Amino acid sequence: MSEAQAEKKDLGQAILKEIVPPPEEEAPRKSFWKSISIPALAILTGLLIGAVMIAATSSTVWAAFGQSIWKGFGRAFAEIGAAYQALFTGAIGDPVRIVRALGSGDAREIRSALNPFLESLVQTTPYIFTGLAVAVGFRSGLFNIGVEGQLFIGAAAATYVGYAITGLPGFIHMPLALLAGALGGAFWAFIPGLLKAKTGGHEVINTIMMNWIAFRLTEWLLSGPMTRPGSGGMPLSPLIQKSAEIPQFFQAPIRFHLGFFIALAVAWFINWFLFKTTWGLDLRTVGTNPRAAKYAGLSTTKSIITAMIISGALAGTAGAVQILAVNRSMALGLSSGYGFDSIALALIGNNTPLGIVLASLLFGTLRNGATRMMVVSAIPIDIVDVIQAIILMFVAAPAIIRAMYHLKKPKKEEATIFLSGWGGK
Amino acid sequence: MSKRVITLLSLLIVAGMLLAACAKAEAPAAKIKVCQITDTGGIDDKSFNATAWKGIEDAVAQLGIEGKYLESKEVADYEKNLNAFVEEKCDLIVTVGFLIGDATKATAEANPDLKFSIVDYAYDPAIPNVVGQVFNTDEAAYLAGYLAAGVTKTGKVGTFGGLPIPTVTIFMDGFAKGVAKYNEVKGTNVQVLGWDPANPDAGLFSMSFDDQQKGRELAVSLMDEGADIIMPVAGPVGLGAAAAIKERGNAYLIGVDSDWFLTSPEYADITLTSVMKLMDATTMQVIKSVIDGTFKGGVVVGTLANNGVALAPLHNLESLASAELLAEVEQLKADIIAGKLSVK
Repeated sequence: MSEAQAEKKDLGQAILKEIVPPPEEEAPRKSFWKSISIPALAILTGLLIGAVMIAATSSTVWAAFGQSIWKGFGRAFAEIGAAYQALFTGAIGDPVRIVRALGSGDAREIRSALNPFLESLVQTTPYIFTGLAVAVGFRSGLFNIGVEGQLFIGAAAATYVGYAITGLPGFIHMPLALLAGALGGAFWAFIPGLLKAKTGGHEVINTIMMNWIAFRLTEWLLSGPMTRPGSGGMPLSPLIQKSAEIPQFFQAPIRFHLGFFIALAVAWFINWFLFKTTWGLDLRTVGTNPRAAKYAGLSTTKSIITAMIISGALAGTAGAVQILAVNRSMALGLSSGYGFDSIALALIGNNTPLGIVLASLLFGTLRNGATRMMVVSAIPIDIVDVIQAIILMFVAAPAIIRAMYHLKKPKKEEATIFLSGWGGK
Repeated sequence: MSKRVITLLSLLIVAGMLLAACAKAEAPAAKIKVCQITDTGGIDDKSFNATAWKGIEDAVAQLGIEGKYLESKEVADYEKNLNAFVEEKCDLIVTVGFLIGDATKATAEANPDLKFSIVDYAYDPAIPNVVGQVFNTDEAAYLAGYLAAGVTKTGKVGTFGGLPIPTVTIFMDGFAKGVAKYNEVKGTNVQVLGWDPANPDAGLFSMSFDDQQKGRELAVSLMDEGADIIMPVAGPVGLGAAAAIKERGNAYLIGVDSDWFLTSPEYADITLTSVMKLMDATTMQVIKSVIDGTFKGGVVVGTLANNGVALAPLHNLESLASAELLAEVEQLKADIIAGKLSVK
């Protein structure tokens, strides 16, 4: 009998071991430099390969190589330097200009000089929300590819509340519109969540399908019930009420708005929720090993639905903030693919809120700087997509970076990105 | 080893920056700078973004100006890109399409000393530093309708639109009126399927500008009803219609916006003609007004007279139309230009 009991105890231990997620956050802290070495080198390598492409696709560089090899290299470095200088000043600002503007005291010039950095934060904001949306899914073992669709539905809901309700004071109207966006996204994610939990319908398939329904639904809404009077049926909504606008802090051309701080607050909240609450532990446990979690008495149904609702609410908020703070009306070209970019972003950020905020800053900064780069050097903005893809590739496959820079392999197995649900696990 | 690699890379970067700094010293002479912002369709959309950019490229080649463009990936980019070009102090900023209208207005009003032009849109009331480019597409479509009525064997021609919006239905109006003109002159009874100017609610629309399958279905149903010439006014959706027509083999297509014989060569053998909307010509006109100092806010209207709209040549299919018919179309064109004939 005692033997049986001992065995039982062992089994309990084994299950506990199974269900407790890999103790990454409890593990002895890796040094700061070690933990950022791979992403930092990945970014550096991405920029270097981007530089090679900038030079290789330039006809003037080829022409210079035709004259002599040194002229060719000189021209190539000149073009790369000019491009990356533009990328930098476009994303962070030109220090000389900032100093000069502050000295001159001209308000408009000061705003223009400071705008690049603040604009990068504007570009960062939607990435934070959608990155968190994907990460909450990943942490719960769900691959939410429907973030883009949830963003559209959230944006549509926020837009409707934003223009159709009148006479509310700002401190009620704006949060209400934001809430409508979150609820819209949550509802759109709830459907595939329910299907997954109750019928086992795979969330990857269902969220993709829900994307298409969302795109066509918003297209219909914007050219039908929600169309702007006088637009002749063009898919464009009316402008939202002033009271629903998320305030921008400065005058044109600076668009920096409160949404950025909301995004940071939400990131902090998600961090607290995932890692400091029982609910968060439940979600992560189900995400790590759903069968063991079920055996331990956790409700996978509840976890899956909760995770999808939170994920969808974050995605919906992304759309709502874009409308209420930046666009001020809704059209179909609402998103440059935040819902899809954020899948990569969540992987780069290792599915932690802090990592996602940092990765979002990287994406937002690159995108903003690319505009200036295109103005100065006529290098298509698409180069940024390429650089982002290369960075992602190296972050996802750190062995390549280690081999390139002869880094030592860490002793402990790195926390792998878990994607149960793939391959019928 | 790794240290050496990193050192080498850093050196290269520093060298690059130094060289860049040197290269910057040779400042080019100041040229007129014309900057275009696309909508989310992108610069190579084979539609109005591309055509407007062609106007700027032509100006670069002929007038020696400098041309730049920025593509918008999403609505939030419109204002960002406009601000980037304001920073760049462009002499003329060209934006494209209805959807970019709000952002252009806001930026133009905030920067009254800069010049703007917007393609396919007009402000009412006009903004002093914005030129809207609009098009009397019905003039060219009228000629297409007359020509189609003279070519059809079945006595039925068809059309459909993308969305029931003015920039689309103006094509269909002109087309139907051109057919009516032919009936009036020749005493025939050629029917137009899919559009009746007197009853716009019954018009045929794909309700989409990108669903080619829908274009295919609409073309098939028009052909089933007997139409042997079809004009799809729905951007890329028309390519679906073209595919259906090519499969059926006994009908012809009228292209829109650009000359489809050239832009879609795979359908060259079924493209009777095209109703062209030449934003490049009107963009060029605005650029010229900036250069010679006559720029003034308001609208530029593309017409047959200023070559802002035109009917494309019949190319390989000229044998389908009699010399007499072609002469009549030329005469109509001359009458419209001379103001003797109204297509409204």
